[in-house]
Amino acid sequence: MKIKTRQTIKAYLFMTPAIIMIVMFVFVPIIGSLPLMFFDYSVLGRTKFIGLGNFIRAFGDSRFRISIMNSVLFVAVVPVIQMLSIFLAILVNKKLPGISLFRTLFYIPVITSMVAVSIMWGFLFDPSGVINTVLMDAGLIKTPVGFLSDGKTAMLCIMFITIWQGLGYYMMLYLAGLQSVPKELEEAAIVDGANSWQALFKIKMPLLKPYIWFCSLNSVISAVGVFDVVYVLTKGGPDDATTVINYYSYVKAFSDFEFGYSAAIGAVQAAVTSLLSIVVFVYGRKGGGMTYSE
Amino acid sequence: MSKNAASYKNARLRKKITNTFFIYLILILIAVFCAGPFLWMVSTSFKTGKNIYDLGFFNFQPTFDNYIGVMEFLSVPQYIANTLIITVSSIALDVIFSAMCAYPLACMDFKGKKIIMGALISSMIIPAAAGMIINYLIISKMHLLNHLAGVILPGSVKVFSIILLRQSYLGIPGELVEAARIDGAGEGKIWWKIMMPGILPSVSTVVIFDFISRWNEFLWPVIVLQDPEKYPLATALQYLNGSFNYKFGYIAAGTVISIIPIIIVFLLCQKNYIEAVSGAVKG
Repeated sequence: MKIKTRQTIKAYLFMTPAIIMIVMFVFVPIIGSLPLMFFDYSVLGRTKFIGLGNFIRAFGDSRFRISIMNSVLFVAVVPVIQMLSIFLAILVNKKLPGISLFRTLFYIPVITSMVAVSIMWGFLFDPSGVINTVLMDAGLIKTPVGFLSDGKTAMLCIMFITIWQGLGYYMMLYLAGLQSVPKELEEAAIVDGANSWQALFKIKMPLLKPYIWFCSLNSVISAVGVFDVVYVLTKGGPDDATTVINYYSYVKAFSDFEFGYSAAIGAVQAAVTSLLSIVVFVYGRKGGGMTYSE
Repeated sequence: MSKNAASYKNARLRKKITNTFFIYLILILIAVFCAGPFLWMVSTSFKTGKNIYDLGFFNFQPTFDNYIGVMEFLSVPQYIANTLIITVSSIALDVIFSAMCAYPLACMDFKGKKIIMGALISSMIIPAAAGMIINYLIISKMHLLNHLAGVILPGSVKVFSIILLRQSYLGIPGELVEAARIDGAGEGKIWWKIMMPGILPSVSTVVIFDFISRWNEFLWPVIVLQDPEKYPLATALQYLNGSFNYKFGYIAAGTVISIIPIIIVFLLCQKNYIEAVSGAVKG
């Protein structure tokens, strides 16, 4: 036997267990959901091919339209989260005693489960919770506000919790970016008479650009996919005020067992995600960012 | 002249001190913002009765009633056992299978290597949620619904881990492998005796990532398991929160119990973990 053939057999022996697992639970599920969206899938009865039926149904479905609108609205968290986390990264990049303790503290929300985070904030936002008590004591409101049960504020709360949890993650990424800026560059600028603000905006920000694009891209993808906090706190309510696309697709699959329709909604979500990603990517290229992918 | 210089130096020093003071002030405010909800949750878990919603952190008699209550009411040890079974077995599967799979991808020359790498990397672009329905159907066909194995198997071996470990193998000098091959060592022995010890830091990164994501996972278990006795901790907590709203003290205690292991693991492995997270941008 040739050496290379023998190597090939050995190599595949090493890879077989992992490949079986990945084909079964990653590739088959992804490829399998492609045909699913063209079927009226039934758990008990007969599954029939309905072509674009699920998509036609989706565009006449007002709940689906609302979920799209809510998801688009939700993407507004991206710029907020990015600006705040850049600010945080600049703060924790300073060489001060105890700074690593602050970095750790700011990161703790990231590693905590969304269930725990949602339960915590759910009780803080409760009509008899701390936030209402404080606002009432301060005389800012007269009667308690049901932040999560009011259609006007529920979405804002969900967005707020998402921002609160995500800040630390992006802060760490930007911190890595800031630390990759050569110290000499900044020192040279300051010697040349630039103040620290100029050094920040003229030197550090342009070098941070690839990080900004990378983080924004990730942030957009996870914003379109937001699910956990909605599931735990509002279940899409009140009156679909927080029904986002990923939650709607879940409801259709696992409460209504309309797998075909859910797959079609999932496909629309995937399309929205990739469209937004492309926008971010193209703009990033134009601005000279995205160097990490080259 | 020297007096002027001294006062100039003084003014600069004073400005620097005020600056530092303001930076610490902002840092502390943000720390309160990030850690405050946790502290409030912990303090609440030691309170009972009417003052449970109070903001006060210290002016109360701490009591373990909620912890004792939630233990009796919810069979918390059972949930912790379920979580441990799920977490430990998926970590074991991921580490062993990914480390095996990554070895030839890094250190061997064989047919189809490029195709396999390409397929693996392209699958990372698609979000895992996209495959959830079919995964459910597969688990149901395998008769694993309502079994912990049905929770464990999908998503245990991760493409991300394979790529990460491959990267780590590439850092080991190729001569080491060549020398061992010339000495007549089999590939299995080379992998286990030479390569595995060399990639231990990355293995620990995989372990931390898997631990955090599995410990916190709650949705997939809800879908697969019908019997709440089999739930892991996060799922049980969500279930408790949905069904027994009035027992807030219990929920607070349960939440604290569920968070503590994650925070301990994070504090122990912080450096390694953060490096891996930040490395994702550069790579």
